[in-house]
Amino acid sequence: MLKQYETVIILSPLLSEDELKTATSGYTKWLKKKKAELVHQESWGLRQLAYPIENKHSGFYVVLEFKAENTTVAELEVELIRDNLRVLRFLTVALDKYAIKYNEDKRAGLVGRNKKNVQSKEANA
Amino acid sequence: MATHNKKDIKFLTAANFKRGDAKYCRFKKYGIKYIDYKDSEFLLRFVNEQGKILPRRITGTSLKYQRKVAQAIKRARHIAVLPYLADGVK
Repeated sequence: MLKQYETVIILSPLLSEDELKTATSGYTKWLKKKKAELVHQESWGLRQLAYPIENKHSGFYVVLEFKAENTTVAELEVELIRDNLRVLRFLTVALDKYAIKYNEDKRAGLVGRNKKNVQSKEANA
Repeated sequence: MATHNKKDIKFLTAANFKRGDAKYCRFKKYGIKYIDYKDSEFLLRFVNEQGKILPRRITGTSLKYQRKVAQAIKRARHIAVLPYLADGVK
Protein backbone atom coordinates (compact mmCIF):
# COMPACT_ATOMS: atom_id res chain seq x y z
CA MET A 1 0.00 0.00 0.00
CA LEU A 2 1.46 3.37 -0.92
CA LYS A 3 1.98 5.55 2.10
CA GLN A 4 1.75 9.30 1.76
CA TYR A 5 4.84 11.44 2.40
CA GLU A 6 5.58 15.14 2.42
CA THR A 7 9.02 16.55 1.66
CA VAL A 8 10.07 20.13 2.30
CA ILE A 9 13.16 21.16 0.33
CA ILE A 10 15.08 24.40 0.81
CA LEU A 11 16.94 25.41 -2.35
CA SER A 12 19.82 27.84 -2.36
CA PRO A 13 18.83 31.48 -3.02
CA LEU A 14 21.67 31.86 -5.53
CA LEU A 15 19.73 29.80 -8.06
CA SER A 16 18.34 31.70 -11.01
CA GLU A 17 14.67 31.36 -11.92
CA ASP A 18 15.13 28.64 -14.51
CA GLU A 19 17.68 26.70 -12.46
CA LEU A 20 15.06 26.66 -9.74
CA LYS A 21 12.46 25.32 -12.19
CA THR A 22 14.76 22.63 -13.51
CA ALA A 23 15.55 21.55 -9.94
CA THR A 24 11.92 21.21 -8.87
CA SER A 25 10.78 19.61 -12.14
CA GLY A 26 13.75 17.29 -11.90
CA TYR A 27 12.48 15.91 -8.63
CA THR A 28 8.90 15.62 -9.78
CA LYS A 29 10.05 13.74 -12.91
CA TRP A 30 12.27 11.56 -10.77
CA LEU A 31 9.29 10.73 -8.55
CA LYS A 32 7.15 9.85 -11.59
CA LYS A 33 9.91 7.62 -12.87
CA LYS A 34 9.84 5.82 -9.51
CA LYS A 35 6.08 5.28 -9.97
CA ALA A 36 5.35 7.61 -7.08
CA GLU A 37 2.07 9.49 -7.37
CA LEU A 38 2.57 13.24 -6.85
CA VAL A 39 -0.41 14.45 -4.84
CA HIS A 40 0.49 18.09 -4.57
CA GLN A 41 3.38 20.42 -5.26
CA GLU A 42 3.77 23.84 -3.70
CA SER A 43 6.54 26.37 -3.55
CA TRP A 44 6.68 29.25 -1.11
CA GLY A 45 9.25 31.12 -3.20
CA LEU A 46 12.09 33.02 -1.60
CA ARG A 47 11.69 33.14 2.15
CA GLN A 48 13.78 34.45 5.02
CA LEU A 49 15.38 31.65 7.04
CA ALA A 50 15.10 31.74 10.83
CA TYR A 51 18.85 31.17 11.06
CA PRO A 52 21.56 31.17 8.40
CA ILE A 53 22.12 27.80 6.69
CA GLU A 54 25.54 27.57 4.99
CA ASN A 55 25.64 31.31 5.78
CA LYS A 56 22.75 32.08 3.48
CA HIS A 57 19.87 34.01 4.98
CA SER A 58 17.10 33.08 2.58
CA GLY A 59 16.03 30.11 0.51
CA PHE A 60 13.45 28.80 -1.93
CA TYR A 61 11.02 26.45 -0.21
CA VAL A 62 9.44 23.61 -2.21
CA VAL A 63 6.87 21.26 -0.66
CA LEU A 64 6.22 17.95 -2.42
CA GLU A 65 3.41 15.69 -1.30
CA PHE A 66 3.42 12.24 -2.84
CA LYS A 67 2.38 8.65 -2.38
CA ALA A 68 5.26 6.20 -2.67
CA GLU A 69 6.81 2.97 -1.48
CA ASN A 70 9.07 3.34 1.52
CA THR A 71 12.11 2.38 -0.53
CA THR A 72 11.58 5.31 -2.91
CA VAL A 73 11.75 7.74 0.02
CA ALA A 74 15.24 6.53 0.88
CA GLU A 75 16.33 6.83 -2.74
CA LEU A 76 14.84 10.32 -2.98
CA GLU A 77 16.85 11.40 0.03
CA VAL A 78 20.03 10.04 -1.53
CA GLU A 79 19.27 12.14 -4.60
CA LEU A 80 18.75 15.19 -2.41
CA ILE A 81 22.00 14.63 -0.53
CA ARG A 82 23.91 14.15 -3.77
CA ASP A 83 22.52 17.46 -5.05
CA ASN A 84 24.15 19.39 -2.21
CA LEU A 85 25.05 22.42 -4.33
CA ARG A 86 21.45 23.38 -4.89
CA VAL A 87 19.69 21.82 -1.92
CA LEU A 88 20.43 23.45 1.44
CA ARG A 89 18.16 21.26 3.52
CA PHE A 90 15.27 18.84 3.21
CA LEU A 91 12.86 17.05 5.53
CA THR A 92 10.65 14.09 4.62
CA VAL A 93 7.67 13.28 6.83
CA ALA A 94 5.22 10.41 6.68
CA LEU A 95 1.63 11.65 6.80
CA ASP A 96 -0.98 9.89 8.93
CA LYS A 97 -4.66 10.14 8.19
CA TYR A 98 -5.14 13.32 10.19
CA ALA A 99 -2.26 14.98 8.39
CA ILE A 100 -3.68 14.01 5.01
CA LYS A 101 -7.09 15.35 6.02
CA TYR A 102 -5.50 18.57 7.29
CA ASN A 103 -3.63 19.13 4.04
CA GLU A 104 -6.75 18.55 1.99
CA ASP A 105 -8.77 20.92 4.17
CA LYS A 106 -6.07 23.52 3.89
CA ARG A 107 -6.07 23.27 0.11
CA ALA A 108 -9.79 23.03 -0.29
CA GLY A 109 -11.61 25.59 1.73
CA LEU A 110 -10.26 26.41 5.08
CA VAL A 111 -7.18 28.23 3.84
CA GLY A 112 -5.31 29.98 6.59
CA ARG A 113 -7.22 28.00 9.18
CA ASN A 114 -6.71 29.62 12.52
CA LYS A 115 -6.35 26.79 14.98
CA LYS A 116 -7.84 28.88 17.74
CA ASN A 117 -11.32 29.28 16.40
CA VAL A 118 -11.33 26.42 13.95
CA GLN A 119 -14.74 25.49 15.25
CA SER A 120 -16.24 28.85 14.29
CA LYS A 121 -14.59 28.60 10.85
CA GLU A 122 -16.20 25.24 10.24
CA ALA A 123 -19.49 26.55 11.56
CA ASN A 124 -19.73 29.27 8.97
CA ALA A 125 -17.64 27.57 6.28
CA MET B 1 7.04 15.05 61.52
CA ALA B 2 3.34 15.14 62.21
CA THR B 3 1.55 14.47 59.00
CA HIS B 4 0.08 17.77 57.82
CA ASN B 5 -3.59 17.55 57.08
CA LYS B 6 -4.94 19.51 54.19
CA LYS B 7 -5.97 22.57 56.21
CA ASP B 8 -2.55 23.29 57.75
CA ILE B 9 -0.76 23.23 54.39
CA LYS B 10 -3.18 25.81 53.06
CA PHE B 11 -2.15 28.32 55.69
CA LEU B 12 1.55 27.81 55.14
CA THR B 13 1.28 29.20 51.62
CA ALA B 14 -0.10 32.67 50.98
CA ALA B 15 -3.84 32.30 50.68
CA ASN B 16 -4.46 33.53 47.15
CA PHE B 17 -8.12 33.76 46.49
CA LYS B 18 -7.74 34.66 42.82
CA ARG B 19 -8.62 31.25 41.41
CA GLY B 20 -6.85 31.21 38.02
CA ASP B 21 -9.25 30.27 35.18
CA ALA B 22 -8.97 26.55 34.53
CA LYS B 23 -6.44 25.84 31.76
CA TYR B 24 -7.69 23.58 29.00
CA CYS B 25 -6.04 21.66 26.24
CA ARG B 26 -6.99 23.59 23.11
CA PHE B 27 -6.38 20.54 20.95
CA LYS B 28 -8.96 18.48 22.79
CA LYS B 29 -11.38 21.38 23.07
CA TYR B 30 -11.31 22.40 19.41
CA GLY B 31 -10.78 18.87 18.16
CA ILE B 32 -7.51 19.61 16.40
CA LYS B 33 -5.87 16.35 15.46
CA TYR B 34 -2.81 17.37 13.44
CA ILE B 35 -0.29 20.11 14.18
CA ASP B 36 1.34 21.34 10.99
CA TYR B 37 5.07 21.90 11.39
CA LYS B 38 5.06 24.41 8.53
CA ASP B 39 2.50 26.71 10.17
CA SER B 40 4.84 29.07 12.05
CA GLU B 41 2.35 31.61 13.37
CA PHE B 42 0.47 28.85 15.16
CA LEU B 43 3.62 27.24 16.57
CA LEU B 44 4.84 30.60 17.87
CA ARG B 45 2.11 30.37 20.52
CA PHE B 46 3.94 27.44 22.11
CA VAL B 47 7.35 29.06 22.14
CA ASN B 48 8.68 31.77 24.45
CA GLU B 49 10.71 34.82 23.43
CA GLN B 50 13.96 32.89 23.26
CA GLY B 51 12.33 30.32 21.00
CA LYS B 52 12.14 27.67 23.70
CA ILE B 53 9.17 25.30 23.91
CA LEU B 54 6.72 26.37 26.64
CA PRO B 55 6.00 23.77 29.36
CA ARG B 56 2.59 22.18 29.70
CA ARG B 57 1.88 23.89 33.00
CA ILE B 58 1.81 27.22 31.17
CA THR B 59 0.10 26.26 27.94
CA GLY B 60 -2.17 23.73 29.60
CA THR B 61 -1.98 21.24 26.74
CA SER B 62 -2.42 17.55 27.49
CA LEU B 63 0.57 15.21 27.33
CA LYS B 64 -0.45 13.59 24.07
CA TYR B 65 -0.64 16.88 22.19
CA GLN B 66 2.34 18.43 23.97
CA ARG B 67 4.48 15.69 22.39
CA LYS B 68 2.99 16.45 18.97
CA VAL B 69 3.63 20.18 19.47
CA ALA B 70 7.21 19.50 20.55
CA GLN B 71 7.81 17.29 17.52
CA ALA B 72 6.27 19.85 15.18
CA ILE B 73 8.42 22.63 16.66
CA LYS B 74 11.58 20.55 16.30
CA ARG B 75 10.71 19.82 12.67
CA ALA B 76 9.99 23.52 12.08
CA ARG B 77 13.38 24.36 13.54
CA HIS B 78 15.05 21.88 11.21
CA ILE B 79 13.61 23.56 8.11
CA ALA B 80 14.42 27.03 9.51
CA VAL B 81 10.78 28.04 9.96
CA LEU B 82 11.46 28.53 13.65
CA PRO B 83 14.82 29.56 15.15
CA TYR B 84 16.68 27.28 17.54
CA LEU B 85 17.41 30.23 19.78
CA ALA B 86 16.47 33.83 19.32
CA ASP B 87 15.99 37.01 21.30
CA GLY B 88 12.50 38.33 20.79
CA VAL B 89 11.21 35.79 18.35
CA LYS B 90 7.62 36.91 18.89
